[in-house]
Formats: sequence, C-alpha cells, structure tokens
Amino acid sequence: MILVVAEQKDGVLNRASWEAVAAAQQLGAPVTIVVPGAAVAAVAAELAQADVAEVIALEHEALGVYTADGFVQALAALVTAGPASHLVFTHTYQTRDYAPKLAARLDRALVTDCIGLKPGEPPVFVRPMFQNKVNADVVLEGPAPHLATFQIGAFRADAVRKGTAAAPVRTVAASVDAGAIRQKPEAPFREAKQAVDLTQAERIVSIGRGIKSEEHIALARQLAEAMHAELAASRPICDSGWLPMERQVGSSGQTVAPKLYLALGISGAIQHVVGMKGARTIVAINKDPEAPIFEIADYGIAADLFEVVPEMIKALK
Amino acid sequence: MVIVVCIKQVVTREMQVRVNDARTWIRDGEASWELNEPDAYALEEALRLREKHGGEVVVISAGPARVTQVLREALARGADRAIHVDGEHLATADAFTAAAALAAGLGSEKVDLVLTGLQSDDQGFAQVGVVLAEKLGVSHSTIIMDVQVQGETLRVKRELEGGWFQWIAMPLPAVLTIQSGINQLRYATLKGIMAAKKKEIRAVPAPAAPPARQRITAVYMPEKSKQTRMIGGSPAEAAAELVRALREDARVF
Repeated sequence: MILVVAEQKDGVLNRASWEAVAAAQQLGAPVTIVVPGAAVAAVAAELAQADVAEVIALEHEALGVYTADGFVQALAALVTAGPASHLVFTHTYQTRDYAPKLAARLDRALVTDCIGLKPGEPPVFVRPMFQNKVNADVVLEGPAPHLATFQIGAFRADAVRKGTAAAPVRTVAASVDAGAIRQKPEAPFREAKQAVDLTQAERIVSIGRGIKSEEHIALARQLAEAMHAELAASRPICDSGWLPMERQVGSSGQTVAPKLYLALGISGAIQHVVGMKGARTIVAINKDPEAPIFEIADYGIAADLFEVVPEMIKALK
Repeated sequence: MVIVVCIKQVVTREMQVRVNDARTWIRDGEASWELNEPDAYALEEALRLREKHGGEVVVISAGPARVTQVLREALARGADRAIHVDGEHLATADAFTAAAALAAGLGSEKVDLVLTGLQSDDQGFAQVGVVLAEKLGVSHSTIIMDVQVQGETLRVKRELEGGWFQWIAMPLPAVLTIQSGINQLRYATLKGIMAAKKKEIRAVPAPAAPPARQRITAVYMPEKSKQTRMIGGSPAEAAAELVRALREDARVF
C-alpha cells in the first residue's frame, strides 16, 4: 500500500497534493491518501475523487495549525500501525519542515525533491543534484516504509486517475499529545503590500548572478522597457538587495507563467525554475553553454549578456 | 550561549560538472571547493547572535580531510573553534549518515542552538538539520529568515511559499535551518585570517556509518525537456535573429 500525505490549510486543499497522488499511482500498488488536520472531511471528500483505495481524514484539534512536532506524532503513529510500503509527499515548504523528522523518528529512508520515478522492484527515484546540473537515480534501502517527496511540477495534477465512484473516506482520531508540541506558531503574514504583481505580467526580463553587479541592472531595465516587460530576478539578486524581494521568481518568491520569460545570466537552479517553467516561451542568455537553464529554454544564446543585450535593445527600436 | 553551526564544503558554483567514468558521482578529483552558501548565512547569523548575547560559536563539518579549508575560513570569519568529523566516506554520504556523524562530533558538548543552511548546493537533501534535531532530541524549525533569542525561548521567522512568513516560538535548545538572504555576509579580514591560525580545529573520527538508506545507482546529465533553438553568430546577429524569432515565430510582442 502506498500512503500519500496530502496538505491542506484551513480546510483548503493544496493543489500540489494532486501531484503526489499522480506519482503514487505510478508506483503500481493500491494507494491510500491521508490528510492531517483539525476538521478535514470536505478536503477528504475532494481527494476521494481519485482512483484510490481509501482516504483517511487524520483529525485532531492540535493539527488545526501546522506544527512539525504535531504532524510527526500523528503520522508516526498512523504509519507504525499500518502496512505502507511507501509514503509519498509533495516537496512543499511544509513537507521540508517535518518529513525528515518523521523519517528519523521512524528510522526509515527518505529521498527528497524527486523529479521522476521509474516503477519497478525496487522503484528508482530520479532527483537532481549539483544545482540541477546532473540527475541521479536513487534506490532506497532498509525496512519499509520508504519516504519520498516530489518536486512541485514534477507530476501533473491532471494526470491523476479519477475513480468511477468516490473512494471511501474514513476518519481516524490522530494520536497527538498536544502538550509535547514545542513549536508555537503565530498567524502567517506578508511583509508589505506588493507594488508589482509579476503573476499578471505578459513579458518578464529576469536577471541572475550573471549580471555581476548592481550597476548593471540599469542595462536589464532598459531591455525590459524596450520589450514592455516587467523586471524580475532570481533569489541571489534579491538577497543582495539589488531588487526588492517582491520581484523574486522561484519557490520562495512568485510563480509566474508569462507569454515570454527572458532569463539573463540565470543558471537555472531548481529553486528558480519551479517559479517560471510554466512560461509559454523561455529565452536564456548565458555565457555558460552548459547552464541548466538551456534545458528548458525555447531559444538560447550562449554568449556574454553584456554584448548581446545592447544589441537586442537596438534591434527592438 | 553556545551556538553550533554545521557547515559543508561543496564544489564551487562555477565548476563544469562532469560525470565520472563509473557514472556514480561527479569527477571532483580536480575540483575547487567552497563553503556551502546557505551555511555561510547560518554562520553569519550565529556571529550576530554572539555579538548580541555573548557566548561561543562552534563550527562543525563532517567530511574528508579537505573540509578543514571551510572550517578554517569560518574561524577567520569569527567562529571561536571548530570540530572536524573526519571520514572519507562522508564526502558522498546520505543525510542520515551525515547527521549521525555531526551528532557524534558534538558528543557531550552543551549546545544551546544549532544553525545550518537549509540545504546544500551539492546533494541538496534539505534533511540534515532536521534529522540532527531528532537525533539530539530537540525542537527545530526550517527556512528561517530571522532569529530572536529571548531568555530560554526562541522566536523565529519562518519563510512560507509565495512571499508569506510566520513567526514561531519554541524552547531552547533547538536546531534551525537558515535561508539564504537572512543577513548580509561578512568576509574574513586579514586580522581574522591571522587569528584563525591560532584557533583549534579538533578532529574527531567519524562513527561507524549507519546502514545506508539510499544508494545512487547512476548519475547522468539531464535530458532536455525541450527542443532548444541555440542562436549563434556575432552578438549583433544573434540579437537581431532572436528579436525576429520572438516577433514572427513565437509572436510574443
């Protein structure tokens, strides 16, 4: 049995959970979905549309707000009692926070951030290493269950096989000692009102480490103006304070899907790519011809951006 | 307070990665090495906490002999002392093995706070800090963008997805994984480099490795998911052709 751990917040399903269901269905064994929370009957019913054996609503008042300690306790107890061969998660920030602790508590193998799966006995998990520059095939060892997290977008939510009838939903009272939860979370918040909404931009010019210094941003800005595009950046540029955080594209910033995404001096690390690979046309300009960004680009120029960009600005005028 | 920072030595970002002949790892015999960037932010945060609250910053790294380079660099940036958990097999170890080695290296140290980067630039497990927290039996939180110590309590700002954040309080001791960009990094001064030469790097043999939980069966270059049209020629020619293709073929203007 494959156990998929779905994610919800305040009774709203995280859509990326469907991707974990799609991955689990490829593993070949019957799939059960578990969704932890305080009152998650509606989310469980939504998940029951999938072609799965069962959906478990794993409920406890103390699971209403996510904490690593609460979720590890609840899932460790459920998994220890059951026959799962694999636990499958989407590699969200929440999963990253507790799945390693769950694996350590159960003393079971965990492979993270997978982008592919080769079913078989044992199944092979494909994951990127070295900033996306190579992929590795990984097999997990030691006693079951084995835990695996899949990168957001690695599987398509619409690839989930739906059932002919709704799967049965079972409510299980989670075993949680609320007094043993050490993390006391406050309400989530956003830093400031966003002045720019990159998700609505039709065209984006985005800069990475290859821009080298703050004064070169003016050149990228000129290109963006000539293209009627918004200016965006990968994380290191915003970390350096060269552009505000709200212009960051990637897992910790915005997820965008413009008509055109032009990546200037961006290598294509996963944390960035997950935020922009849905763009219709991707252009990469990078002097390293082996930069991973070229793997997802429609058009590529392997050259010095400081030579190409001024020529592009001329050509656009 | 005693703040431990777990750091890793990784190949430099600029390195052209090539798969080795056995297809089990990359060719790193001739590689140049650097401090894993998220760990550099963790170290900086520890130094700032020491400036505010006093105490000691201890850096620890688990790996082969070469990792003393990043330990020395951390000492030059201001860490007080270093622990090297020495083992050749740690160069390619999985997260459980690395966490077990770090826990053994800490031994009976009395630790108030452990910081480490949220993931490494090489294997990128994003597991070691959290697994270490479980091994030490302490609280943890991940992807942290601010750390406040208030007596025996910690209050941290955790990054959520899509520009959201959340404050979380928890008791000390604790393990935190630090997000890049939490602070502005300082670099070693000449004075720091000189001072580092006198600081201690204590070597501890790696413990017997626990049974491996994951095995890499093949390493290979990723397959292209798209047919990329590479545009050559002089910068002017390439730029003109790109603009033409975007206008006439892709029709994005």
